[in-house]
Amino acid sequence: MDRHLLSIVLFAPLAGLLVLLLIPSSNRTLIRVWANVAAFAGFLVSLPLVFRFDKSAAGFQFVESMDWIPSLGVKYAIGIDGISLLLVMLTTVVGFLAILSSWSAIDTHVKEYYAMFLLQQTGIIGVFVALDFFLFYVFWEVVLVPMYFIIGVWGGPRKLYAAIKFFLYTVAGSVLMLLGILTLYFQHYQQFGFYTFEIAELMKLNLPLGLERWVFWAFFIGFAIKVPMFPFHTWLPDAHVEAPTAGSVILASILLKMGTYGFIRFSLPLLPKASIDQTIVGVLAALSIVAIIYGAMVSLMQQDWKKLVAYSSVSHLGFCTLGIFALNPNGIAGSVIQQINHGISTGMLFLIIGIVYERRHTREIAEYGGLGHVMPRYATVFAIAMLSSAGLPLLNGFIGEFTILQGAFEANRAWAGFAVVGVVLGAAYLLWLYQRTILGQVTNAKNLHLPDLNLREMAVFLPLIAWAIWIGVYPKPYFDVLEKPVQQIVERVRPGYYQAGTANARAAAPHSPSAALEGGSR
Amino acid sequence: MSQFYTSTDHFVLIPGIMLALFGCAVLLFDFLVFPAPKQRKWLLLFVALGEAFTGYGLWRQQAFLAANGIPEITAFQGALTIDGFSLFFNWVFIAAALLVAIVSYRYLEIEGEHHGEYYALILLSQCGMFFLAAGTDLVTLFVGLELMALSFYIMVGFLRRDKRSNEAALKYLLLGAFSSGFLAYGFSLMYGMAGSTRLREVTAALASRDPWDPVLFVAGVTTSVGLLFKISVVPFHMWAPDAYEGAPTTVTAYLSVASKAASFAFLLRIFLGPLAAAREVWEPLLVVVAVATLTVGNFAALTQTNVKRMLAYSSISHAGYMLLGLIAGNDTGIQGIAVYVLVYTFMNLGAFLVVVALRRQDIIGEDVDDMAGLIHKSPGYAVLMLIFLLSLAGIPPTAGFLGKYYIFLSLIQTGHYVLAVIATLYVALAIYYYFRIVRSMFAGEVADKMPLASSFGLRVALTVSGVLTLWIGVYPEPFLRLAQTSLLR
Repeated sequence: MDRHLLSIVLFAPLAGLLVLLLIPSSNRTLIRVWANVAAFAGFLVSLPLVFRFDKSAAGFQFVESMDWIPSLGVKYAIGIDGISLLLVMLTTVVGFLAILSSWSAIDTHVKEYYAMFLLQQTGIIGVFVALDFFLFYVFWEVVLVPMYFIIGVWGGPRKLYAAIKFFLYTVAGSVLMLLGILTLYFQHYQQFGFYTFEIAELMKLNLPLGLERWVFWAFFIGFAIKVPMFPFHTWLPDAHVEAPTAGSVILASILLKMGTYGFIRFSLPLLPKASIDQTIVGVLAALSIVAIIYGAMVSLMQQDWKKLVAYSSVSHLGFCTLGIFALNPNGIAGSVIQQINHGISTGMLFLIIGIVYERRHTREIAEYGGLGHVMPRYATVFAIAMLSSAGLPLLNGFIGEFTILQGAFEANRAWAGFAVVGVVLGAAYLLWLYQRTILGQVTNAKNLHLPDLNLREMAVFLPLIAWAIWIGVYPKPYFDVLEKPVQQIVERVRPGYYQAGTANARAAAPHSPSAALEGGSR
Repeated sequence: MSQFYTSTDHFVLIPGIMLALFGCAVLLFDFLVFPAPKQRKWLLLFVALGEAFTGYGLWRQQAFLAANGIPEITAFQGALTIDGFSLFFNWVFIAAALLVAIVSYRYLEIEGEHHGEYYALILLSQCGMFFLAAGTDLVTLFVGLELMALSFYIMVGFLRRDKRSNEAALKYLLLGAFSSGFLAYGFSLMYGMAGSTRLREVTAALASRDPWDPVLFVAGVTTSVGLLFKISVVPFHMWAPDAYEGAPTTVTAYLSVASKAASFAFLLRIFLGPLAAAREVWEPLLVVVAVATLTVGNFAALTQTNVKRMLAYSSISHAGYMLLGLIAGNDTGIQGIAVYVLVYTFMNLGAFLVVVALRRQDIIGEDVDDMAGLIHKSPGYAVLMLIFLLSLAGIPPTAGFLGKYYIFLSLIQTGHYVLAVIATLYVALAIYYYFRIVRSMFAGEVADKMPLASSFGLRVALTVSGVLTLWIGVYPEPFLRLAQTSLLR
């Protein structure tokens, strides 16, 4: 069991999907029950990962590896480190809650709907656990198809436009990324005489800086579209606005993290020279800062509740990428934590929109107001989600943003200065949103008798709230889990970073491509 | 057996003999034993038997090669060669011919043109393909090509009461004859330079010449024109959309996969054989052709509303991808073409077969709108079509991704980075039109209530294509091994 634990986690949703297909589509209740059971089981089987994870060990754990396509040197290689562990857990938790939240929201093609979600779960977990670049690419693309259908079939009025835009954007990015992958694959053959897609093997490569830069940009397009970084973000508002609630939740909470994960897992360790290249770091940081401020300013302008949260994602993900390219332990660890936080807070915000949308079928902010009088529980939950997203201390968002700002400050004070503006703007648009929708008197008669959260809806929010408070109050376990992998990445990109604080020592440290492999062997 | 027809010759020729024999047998039995239209279904049995014997012949040849550890058997003083390359392509032809034959009876009944000659033509055209893949002599290849092409001219015009079908056949015939003329001219120049029609000797003679030698240049250009016409790449693609749209859909399916595969086998024999010496001359030309093909194929497909026509343009763009493998020209590229041909056969055939099912009495069913709401009406067909379209678009884990993977890798290995980027961007563009069909199937309202024209043969063929498209995508190892054996030289 232990040897295949990760495979079980990976394929549990797929197994659930296969059983789901056997249920006749007329029996909707059974379909709903089963989909929830399967998703919950997916979460349960992932729990042992947390308990058996050894945070003091460096390198990947729960590793499985076997040949898949020997003539291409492709392996079924999976494993997790602290970064993947957190993202996998985020996926299983949020995935389950998203499915739970759809109970009454979806009443057409129910079976297909849940089938798409379960398929997507496997795809996303696959992206986070793959240790073979080919396998990673396959999962990366597998995720697209269910999301296309979730938006395109169960979405809003402009769903088809949004779905194909999402698909085209992502594919355009990922095929260019594929060229980058193939370049590394071929370079590895030239240097070592055999073909492989294994990340650990590819890390041994020593490429000239020029080539590394090209490959970096190829990866960048793929990942940046997914994140999405400015100026590749234009698919995001469309996709979010048109997607059904649970689709938005998965999209914002998990799918976007595939991009930032890609940067951390592949761009940095595989292309260390390009990653510290002054131009590249400069461009990436600038784009991140633009995303932070631009995303926040556009959010301020929105009349549509969902669009507001969508643009806030652009802003928050800007923090994540800024943290990554600060290229120091605080920045990267903060970035990963902020990814989790964003998954929790923004997931909640989208669920909150879904609640009123289900009752009122409009997302115009002006349609609401004074909901606090009608729906007190709802108002409380919204307050917590909003404050956690805005980065109030003792809630999760604060921890992430603070750590990233520390990292950014260490790298370049100006970056931190700009990013702080984003924090302020973030608080502004969120508080203003809260004020316009919840506070004051009920201005619209239609809102007078909206029912408050029911038990199932509370059950969706409570785990997320608990999680938000946990990270906010006691984030140490998270930093512990992240310490080793982050250390490896920083060590890989800036050899000798940990040994001495002086610039001399850093410059003198030999560049050893394989150091990060054995992991923390200093 | 005399010195002109040795037992080796016989052994090599068996598959070709079987195809010709059963092709003629179908004609005879159709005329003598099954005169009533209802009985013509039984002719399928002859097709199946013919393919079985052909397959057995190929299998014995394959076993012989493997047992003796030799790369090839040549026969007729070098006019025919059985090697991994010809065997691989012949397996593809068998698969395509069988899958097309078993779906045709229902379709032709609906069209009101169910004649025994149809099955004979399938076998005879396949006989031509056998010689195209196994031929190593200019004359053998040319005769094989004409046998295949003539059969197709008739099949494209098989709906003799349909204006579109007639027009398509005439257009195809005229342009095809024209291109054959070019080809023959090129071949005659090659013969003039080499004094022999054997590819081996032609190759040797041409290799000793300067690549920019004017006679070689003219021979190369005229031969290329003929070959590029057959694989329908820009600027010789004009016939394809019309022929594909007008032909009976089953014939379109067959034409788009088997004829294209055979033509690619032919093209590789010539370009990697006699013309290899002039690589520096034709490579830049082919780059232009390939990029133009990808551009025209993809952009023209964007605006089509007729599914057959859209798939015709998409198949033009697929030929562009395969050409890129030849431009890269290394082992990966050539193997990539083989893999591409294999996966293309099943995915493209599958997509056309779904269109076949949409043709019902009084409903032509070729428009994108005719697909509307297919998921509600016939979920099985819709899901299969989705698999084929994803595969055509090159999304893993479907087979189509493998084809593109090889092509991209070969471009990277040979340093054609710009070409690789162009090719990948067209992948994204292609998704737009493939997904117009997907959108119609999954998001549209049901267009007509009439159930699809399903038949046992159609269901079998679709299932086989669908399963293989997924299987090659998920576990391609055995197929890649097979493709590895197909490397020329």
